[in-house]
Amino acid sequence: MKTDKNTVQDAVCHDSVIELDHVSFAYQEQKVISDFSFRVRERDFVGVIGSNGAGKTTLLRMMVGLLQPTEGQIRLFGEPIRRFRDWERIGYVPQKNAFNPLFPATVREVVLSGLYNNKKLFRRIGREEQRKCDDALEVMRIGEIQDKRIGQLSGGQQQRVFLARALVNKPDLLVLDEPTVGIDAQTQADFFELIFHMHAHHHMTFLMVSHDISMIEGKLGQEPRDHCGAIKFYVRHSHEQDCAIPDLQHSLV
Amino acid sequence: MEILSADFFQRALAGGLLIGLTAPLIGIFLVLRRLSMIGDTLAHVTIAGVALGFLVGVYPVGIGLAFALVASFAIEKLRKAYKGYAELSIAIIMSGGVALASLFFTLGMGYNTDVVSYLFGSIYTLDTTDVYVVLAVTLIVVIVVAAFFKEFFLLTFEEDAAAVSGIPVKVLNLLLTVMTALVISTAIKIVGALLVSALLTIPAACSLLIARSFKSSVVFSVIIAEIAVVAGLMIAGIWNLAPGATIVLLLICMLILTLLGKRGFSA
Repeated sequence: MKTDKNTVQDAVCHDSVIELDHVSFAYQEQKVISDFSFRVRERDFVGVIGSNGAGKTTLLRMMVGLLQPTEGQIRLFGEPIRRFRDWERIGYVPQKNAFNPLFPATVREVVLSGLYNNKKLFRRIGREEQRKCDDALEVMRIGEIQDKRIGQLSGGQQQRVFLARALVNKPDLLVLDEPTVGIDAQTQADFFELIFHMHAHHHMTFLMVSHDISMIEGKLGQEPRDHCGAIKFYVRHSHEQDCAIPDLQHSLV
Repeated sequence: MEILSADFFQRALAGGLLIGLTAPLIGIFLVLRRLSMIGDTLAHVTIAGVALGFLVGVYPVGIGLAFALVASFAIEKLRKAYKGYAELSIAIIMSGGVALASLFFTLGMGYNTDVVSYLFGSIYTLDTTDVYVVLAVTLIVVIVVAAFFKEFFLLTFEEDAAAVSGIPVKVLNLLLTVMTALVISTAIKIVGALLVSALLTIPAACSLLIARSFKSSVVFSVIIAEIAVVAGLMIAGIWNLAPGATIVLLLICMLILTLLGKRGFSA
């Protein structure tokens, strides 16, 4: 797997964001994932590819704490997932078909909901939060439609709303679960362009489940870094050339 | 007209106004989570509890409430066991409730008329204790919904996203279930077990058609329910109609008007 040199360099350069340590998962008798270890480092872009039923959704749900592994341990930002409390560091873009199109919620209400987390219980949403929301709306260029009902928007617009919601807290890790299902090709291309641009220019780590192999290979390289059964992991690290320099500078870029 | 100033009518109005606030407040979350039928189920189970209460001579609404609570936990459990088949758990508990109710009915032949009043509602027989119980439930529901409004919104909009934000999803689901049981068991004396579902779902159904934001849909559904309760009680009082049925029929009229109005606007 990894050489010693690499490990040392990792330690100096970037912390682990997600660590899977000999993780297994089984539904009743059926083993979906067995003894899998993997590490996502700061500023990685990890593309997860696999056919339906390969277990990529299971894997993703375990990584964000929606499922518990039957064996092994998962750490987020170095903290065992059971004790992890800094959920505002994670932005999550769920599968598009997860929400009900008739739901009475405006774009603004949905984006604001990205700020609701365990630390905001019993707290009012104040001016600071409204300002963060304005920011996210502006960055995603959905300010004009902020009072529209979410179900009235096009697929591409909805996707930007969910991305804005995931970004409103300025997360360190962005998790995307098949974000472009059911969106036309041009909108998909724009969406990926935006995501990869963010990866190149912001201090953020990305984990994206996708079925679009050609797009992932085109952006992240032909060779998967690792695989777990039929699931392949493609990894690209931003500003690789600077990583040998053990200082804070590039982390602050 | 003098009926409107009678004591029993005043109590009915007070109870009705309180239920007109809590039922749609909980109902909107239930409807959006595809649990519209939970109202019917819990109502039937509550009737079983009420019948048992009469049988053993304990405050019927109290026993009904206990039954509704147990049933709502059972529904949550079954909902998880049969993921994606939420309605299955509801069907099972509903038939269980009806079976128990009819069992208790036949055990105590003498009190049938009292139990029947819970089936169709008997808002005019509300006593002071009943009004205080409804008031307590209303306070609990309003405080809990206000305290966790934003979390309930996210939970209802997308349960997974709520969990990934570290929001205590299990606790909130449980709270919602308990509040549903509280509201239904106190509402059945007012509109009746067979009609309580209407007060939970129809205001939400109307507001889904007209509201753009979540906040406004909550406000609209409360306004709609209150209008139906007050107007329904007045009409029923003056023309001597069944109050529960009048309220529900008014709600349905309002839904039809909303549908027609909406069609008129979009045409």
